[in-house]
Amino acid sequence: MGDTPQRSAHAGTGGTTVATSHGWPAGASARVAEPSGNPGTPGPGGGDALPRAKAFGAERAFRGLTLAAGTFVLVVIAAIAIFLIAKAVPALRANSESFWTFEGWFPNDNPPKFGIGALAFGTVLTALLALLMAVPVALGIALYLSHYAPRRLGNGLGFLVDLLAAVPSVVFGLWGRDYFAQPVADLSAWLNRYFGWIPIFGDGPYGNSILLGSVVLAIMVLPIVTSLSREVFRQTPTANEEAALALGATRWEMVRTAVLPYGRPGVIAAVMLGLGRALGETIALALTLGSTYAISFNVLASGGNTIAANIANRFAEANDTGRGALIASGLVLFAITLIVNITARAIIYRRREFTESAA
Amino acid sequence: MTTITTHRPRPPAQPASLRARRLPGYAPPAIAVVALLASAGIVYGAGIGGAVLVVVVAALLYLAGLFLAANAVEGRRSARNRTWSALIHSAFVLAVLPLASVVWTLVSKGSARLDGNFFGTSMNNIGARDANGGAYHAIVGTLEQVGIATLITVPLGVLCAIYVVEYGRGRFAFTIRFFVDVMTGIPSIVTGLFVLAFWVLIVSPVFNDGRPGFSGFAAALALSVLMLPTVVRSTEEMLRLVPAPLREGSYALGVPKWKTILRVVLPTALPGIVTGIMLAIARAAGETAPVLLVAGGGAAINFNPFENNQSSLALFVYQQAGEASKYSPARAWTAALTLVALVLVLTVAAKLLARRNRLGR
Repeated sequence: MGDTPQRSAHAGTGGTTVATSHGWPAGASARVAEPSGNPGTPGPGGGDALPRAKAFGAERAFRGLTLAAGTFVLVVIAAIAIFLIAKAVPALRANSESFWTFEGWFPNDNPPKFGIGALAFGTVLTALLALLMAVPVALGIALYLSHYAPRRLGNGLGFLVDLLAAVPSVVFGLWGRDYFAQPVADLSAWLNRYFGWIPIFGDGPYGNSILLGSVVLAIMVLPIVTSLSREVFRQTPTANEEAALALGATRWEMVRTAVLPYGRPGVIAAVMLGLGRALGETIALALTLGSTYAISFNVLASGGNTIAANIANRFAEANDTGRGALIASGLVLFAITLIVNITARAIIYRRREFTESAA
Repeated sequence: MTTITTHRPRPPAQPASLRARRLPGYAPPAIAVVALLASAGIVYGAGIGGAVLVVVVAALLYLAGLFLAANAVEGRRSARNRTWSALIHSAFVLAVLPLASVVWTLVSKGSARLDGNFFGTSMNNIGARDANGGAYHAIVGTLEQVGIATLITVPLGVLCAIYVVEYGRGRFAFTIRFFVDVMTGIPSIVTGLFVLAFWVLIVSPVFNDGRPGFSGFAAALALSVLMLPTVVRSTEEMLRLVPAPLREGSYALGVPKWKTILRVVLPTALPGIVTGIMLAIARAAGETAPVLLVAGGGAAINFNPFENNQSSLALFVYQQAGEASKYSPARAWTAALTLVALVLVLTVAAKLLARRNRLGR
């Protein structure tokens, strides 16, 4: 199908007709075909019967326009990397401590001192904890909606989950800080009292802790992972499910042998996309984390910080070097999310090829 | 069985009943009640917690009890089935609780300042002791920024999707598709930093006497970087759904390809494309981080997106949340409610439109 339309476009209409027909109403398109509709002449076949493609026809112009728009996407991605690097390098040069290991953020001092170690650690720790909590629950809900709930109920609730995925993150942050902090502080005190021997459940003070941040993050990621994996589970071929049931499988065995293996690449991709979202989440964590600069595994004590939350918190007070330092940290975040996303997409693309060849 | 004999081995003796033994219908609720009582006894007896812990321990006891009972009566496979079923249902309950709490808090706290003053005034000259003050300037900012971002993104995104679906061949088109997908995952704060580095700090000082120009337009640029991949992806999917015979019919009439795309393919896919655009708008309207970095966030009403600081609803929520005034939480919650209402109206409208889409999935 690829070449035919182009040839017919030029062969059938001729160059001038194409150019002048630009502003005609939709009904006029039949007239465009008239010149070639002469029954007496033989069909296209002689090479010289076909008019040559015009160098600057509307077809080429439109094609060039779309090509430019497509290329623009690549330009934007490259520009993001280039401009971030351009602004980050002067600040990194001015930094008097190691960017990777120094635990603290004083880019406005003279000499400036800042390091990304604690922030990157906090980013990864918070995101992983959030996923650890969110993913099993999200898969449970996705299975419930696709295979356990009555069909109408499942569709209705699925719609609701999609709506929740659209709720802005600042709302979750506000809820976490104003309303959810107290229950989590109580839970922290309880965990420390009875499970204090596990190192991550250390002493207080309890307040805006990594636990609070990651629970809020988990609640935010939940609708996204649920909605994506529900889509995947629903696409399981009915034949596979019915075959499993016909062999006498219970409902769980059907899910385990037909639905989960089929959906595994999709679920992995959904989790990776959720991870990307969690790594980049800014405002909810700026409101719920304690904003300290230490590497600590104690998830209960007030503290914790992430790259994105640090940017939001420290931007207002930043001078020139301070902005450069924040942009440098943003560059690291960009690199981390880029790796996560490319991995996720590679998994999805492999699956797409697999399903297409199987069909 | 080395030789084939004429008579087959006798079938095993028939069980007393053809149906397998099943757990009676009253068993699961009974196990639940027993689990709840036992859990209350354990928790309050040992004095290690309150009502929440009772429910958690009861749920664990219920799962264990259900598995053991079903294992004894129905066998291992059925026991597994029942336990997983219970787990999946409880996952649903577990997730509904916090989400319902968010919605309830939002409505109950947000309705406190839902009055004309909130929607009619800005925060200009509002001090820490003033109870009034509103989000008019923020609503204006949100609408202008999202509007400009839409104007930038929609032509660009639709043209890019047309290239990928209709014209693109081979490696280059694949690369564009891949990076559009990757772009979907770029954190919003990174797009904010990009526009900060590119527009606010490098380009805009040229028009602005060398000072960095924080403005609503910069926020619109950041939002359009965020919206672009969403618009491209949804348009791409919709264009692929347009039936090939429609195109071929048009080609057969001698209509050139570009005109076929503009007059036949795009109108057919239009409802789906609009749905995708509305979802992208809804997502952009809720973004705080990019606006925080590049719009500046003023307290006064500013209708001009190209000059001076501008606020937005999401940024207003964040700023009021950080303010040390006893009146600011109420303002923050009401602004959050307004923002959620705006986003949900857009989302619901988009989904309803998608349902009417003739192409369908």
